[in-house]
Amino acid sequence: MRLPERFDRVLELVRKELLQVFRDPRLARLVLVAPVIQLLAFGYVVSTDVRRIPTFVVDQDRTQASRELVESLTASGYFRVVGRSERPRDLVEALDHGRATAALQIPRGFARDAARGAATVQVLFDGTNSNTATVGSAYAERILAARALRAGGLGRRPPVELRERAWFNPNLVSRDYNVPAVMGLLLLILSLLLTSLAVVRERELGTLEQLMVSPLSAAELIIGKTVPFALLGLFEMTLITTVALLWFRVPFQGSFALLLLAGLLYLLSTLGLGLLISTVSNTQQEAMLSSFLVIMPTILLSGFMFPVSSMPLVFQWLTLLNPLRHFLEIVRAIFLKGAGLGALWPQYLALLAMGGALLSFAATRFHKTVR
Amino acid sequence: MTALDRTRLLAIARKEVLQLRRDPRSLLLAFLLPALLLVFFGYAISWDVSNVRLAVVDQDHSERARALVDAFRASGRFVIAGSLERTTDLEPLLDRGRVRLALVIPPRFAADLDAGRTAVVQAIVDGSDANTATIALGYTQAVVQQFSAQLLFQTRRVRLPITAATRIWYNEELASRNMIVPGLVAVIMMIIAGLLTSLTIAREWERGTMEQLAATPVSRLEVVLGKLLPYLAIGLVDVALCSLLGVLLFRVPFRGDALFLMGASFAFLVGTLGLGLFISALARTQLLATQAGMIATFLPGFLLSGFMFPIDNMPLVLRLVTYLVPARYFLVVTRGIFLKGVGPDVLWLQGLLMILYAVAGLGLAVRAFKKELG
Repeated sequence: MRLPERFDRVLELVRKELLQVFRDPRLARLVLVAPVIQLLAFGYVVSTDVRRIPTFVVDQDRTQASRELVESLTASGYFRVVGRSERPRDLVEALDHGRATAALQIPRGFARDAARGAATVQVLFDGTNSNTATVGSAYAERILAARALRAGGLGRRPPVELRERAWFNPNLVSRDYNVPAVMGLLLLILSLLLTSLAVVRERELGTLEQLMVSPLSAAELIIGKTVPFALLGLFEMTLITTVALLWFRVPFQGSFALLLLAGLLYLLSTLGLGLLISTVSNTQQEAMLSSFLVIMPTILLSGFMFPVSSMPLVFQWLTLLNPLRHFLEIVRAIFLKGAGLGALWPQYLALLAMGGALLSFAATRFHKTVR
Repeated sequence: MTALDRTRLLAIARKEVLQLRRDPRSLLLAFLLPALLLVFFGYAISWDVSNVRLAVVDQDHSERARALVDAFRASGRFVIAGSLERTTDLEPLLDRGRVRLALVIPPRFAADLDAGRTAVVQAIVDGSDANTATIALGYTQAVVQQFSAQLLFQTRRVRLPITAATRIWYNEELASRNMIVPGLVAVIMMIIAGLLTSLTIAREWERGTMEQLAATPVSRLEVVLGKLLPYLAIGLVDVALCSLLGVLLFRVPFRGDALFLMGASFAFLVGTLGLGLFISALARTQLLATQAGMIATFLPGFLLSGFMFPIDNMPLVLRLVTYLVPARYFLVVTRGIFLKGVGPDVLWLQGLLMILYAVAGLGLAVRAFKKELG
């Protein structure tokens, strides 16, 4: 008798909370459509493959040899010529204005010097985007070295040859690595933002008192304030997985059940954080800014775009406390490696521990404020 | 209706300042957030791939094979994280992510080299992080190529007929923080400014104070400008703070004109704050405004501005979309001022677009803001 009654009360609160989200059709649309748009944008944009580098060419030699040199650069697909001139001044201007990221300068007498075996060409890179410049200059040097070997009659096979193989992602498609990870990001943003406003909204509008005089216990209130967003989160996860598989054709090697379990454990943390923010904030603006304060470092220190192994040691340890880091490891391993609990149990355990701790801490804080 | 009266305008601004002061935590966050982001980006995060964990399977055990491994060690890019006898031992290491790359030197490596045959070594990379894998393979190729060239020159006494002299401009040491800090100034402004104002009008609706505001004789333009001014001040302080931190703490070069930076920031902030007010006026609830604000600022700011991901790499449709992202132009301005030391003579078009954006942002906000109730 008591239990069903309690269950009904919580269900009512869950209904109310979901109603509040979906009553506003614009918000409903935003919650449903925004993740898909963001996934598409992330899927297409988040790529560090360097291609089509806009290149300015100053060819002062204008010979067959110099044209072939330019040709070998563009034929690789890594460079495209956006402008040509004979004056070095134009090169400076193109780089200054950002019209070109790379520049190749072939001096007068290049063909003659090359035949004598001592020609030098100048390759310039705009280092403003350090990633493009690092990868691009390596490409340029490799292409030009190969060209030089051929020009020197050393085109035969070099003494040591490298044969490359990539495991887990044979074509080295960065999208297969990034798209599954976007799930963790979007879940964080959606569930944290929604939960963080859940309690403080009632406080700001003065309806928290009404909830407090209702027969709902603190525990029931907490369940009512988190379960709706957990449901939304799981729905969103399914949506994102569907788009990733059908649209981006990301390979999926593992088990859906394990993925869902990981999502559930991960949501414990994000909901706990959201509830905590909501409890300690006085206004919705404060809650929003605090959420953002939590969201940004969580994303940056997760290994989403920046590999954890490149961070200073202290920050590498810090990332162990980041639920998103563990969730991403799970998601990527399930999608790309088809890993199971045998390999991933530490991550699942970490998510469970962190989620439990955060949620219970938030609950105690919440309990204190309500009483 | 859109008349401008200084007293009324300042009264609205004063009210907004009062409200901000009563919410000191929000105010603190508005200054803390940019500084914190800057520190994270400056200290913790970089694109640079370093200390690639490498496993070596040396099946040759020769002097030559050891020389190749030494070449890897000496490159400074790799950490030798394991020496194995059999390739089958590699699997658990790669599976668990203990090593990212494995180098397999076959049994007849030295014999092949001495006989003048091409010796083949194999690199096996964990491709799941395609970006790191590509860069790590690039390093591997460079080491092997150099090793190979050295052998060639030792035995045949030749040198390459063409050499490429590579030089990097603007960011000579290719530090990713030099790329990130100036960009971050632009991106943070986009997000903070958008977030700050996106709640201000929705709040009035939600709390019911809109009726009071509607009963006063203030015009729409006065409300919008009055709400914008305090946040404009915060934003400008944020820009100055970020720039100072970047230069003093992270030694990012500042080669241009500080005044020009503040001018461009002023226009960009007005536009973005206006955009935030526009969202706020349309949303009318703070719940909707937070979600909409996040999407309108976070997504274009981080993804479509060219901050981290080069616009040249995007598919055509997205490349066209980026032309509508003001942060894209502001980013060119901040990087130009910080790293290239260029001024209005080069950046006039971007400056003009900033001003256009400011006018558009204000216009949108004024149009969307309706005093009529119901």
